[in-house]
Amino acid sequence: MIRNDVFQTLKPIIREQLVVCNIGAPSQELHAMDDQPSNFYMLGTMGLASSIGLGLAAAQDKPVVAIDGDGSVLTNLGTLATIGNNPQGNFTLLIIDNGSYGSTGDQPTYAGMKTDLAAVAKACGAENVQTVSAEDTAAAVQAAIASDEMTIIVSKCESGNVKVPVIKTNPIVIRERFMEEVRR
Amino acid sequence: MATEMDHQIVKDLKAAGIDYITSVPCKQLAGVIEVLDETPEIMHMPSNKEDEGMGLCAVAFMGGMKPAIVMQNTALGVVVNTLATLIQFYQIPLPMLISYRGEVGEPVACQVEMALHTKAILNQLHIPTYHFHKPEDAAELPGILEYAQMASKPVAILCDASFWRASA
Repeated sequence: MIRNDVFQTLKPIIREQLVVCNIGAPSQELHAMDDQPSNFYMLGTMGLASSIGLGLAAAQDKPVVAIDGDGSVLTNLGTLATIGNNPQGNFTLLIIDNGSYGSTGDQPTYAGMKTDLAAVAKACGAENVQTVSAEDTAAAVQAAIASDEMTIIVSKCESGNVKVPVIKTNPIVIRERFMEEVRR
Repeated sequence: MATEMDHQIVKDLKAAGIDYITSVPCKQLAGVIEVLDETPEIMHMPSNKEDEGMGLCAVAFMGGMKPAIVMQNTALGVVVNTLATLIQFYQIPLPMLISYRGEVGEPVACQVEMALHTKAILNQLHIPTYHFHKPEDAAELPGILEYAQMASKPVAILCDASFWRASA
């Protein structure tokens, strides 16, 4: 299963949730599959989906799911220490770990080699960290949303993207409709 | 997938004695990175972030190697401090092969935002900047690489979408 297959299984689970989605192919695939006003698409700024997700979880009470990638987490590895030390019960961080930079030509990341992001997250102080297969990801995310404990899920899937259009939605529109969902 | 131009660029890097390259990928640089991985004369050590990459390059130079970095222009927003306080302060020669996203031919609107600041940042930092827009512009690469060594400075080589498209 590649990222897009994981997204298909996640669709019914996250469509009603506040979702912060990583730059590039992940946002484009999610947008093409099931655009929701409750999705905050990162159109730029690699590496901040997890930070934005944590901040949003701290700022309000609704569940927040941040969908990040292994390459992006490696770009901003300090985020795991911030998350580990500031646990928010309503926060779920899903790291789609396909071992590659999917948006730039599937070059390998160190997470696809020797670096274990789940072990890093644990070492950073996160208490509830799970490594799951692509197939088990949806169930793990569903359980994490339902629980009162902050959960980091590292989903091991295959490298690869599907061809989808870029997101043409105006960024202010994305922000406004997302804020309305947060207020709702 | 790598084009003749990707091979030519790596050939020029090799001919200039560049033997250490770090990279953070970009779609436009995928071919160059692919060729680098097939070039045993150049040690290719990918970095997770461009300022980390510049740290690697600085010490590769001190260890006697000739480094270069391959990165996207958006990362210029990440590396300003590292350029000023490490690369420039210690006078490390550092060719920066930069994909110039956000120019004509760009599909992603967000990339335009940093394209607007790219040359301004480089100007502000007094970094010699070369812009490859047409395939024939790449003929300047050997001279630019030599210039970086002579001047002991970082130099920026911006390669835009028109350049990559016409070189394909």
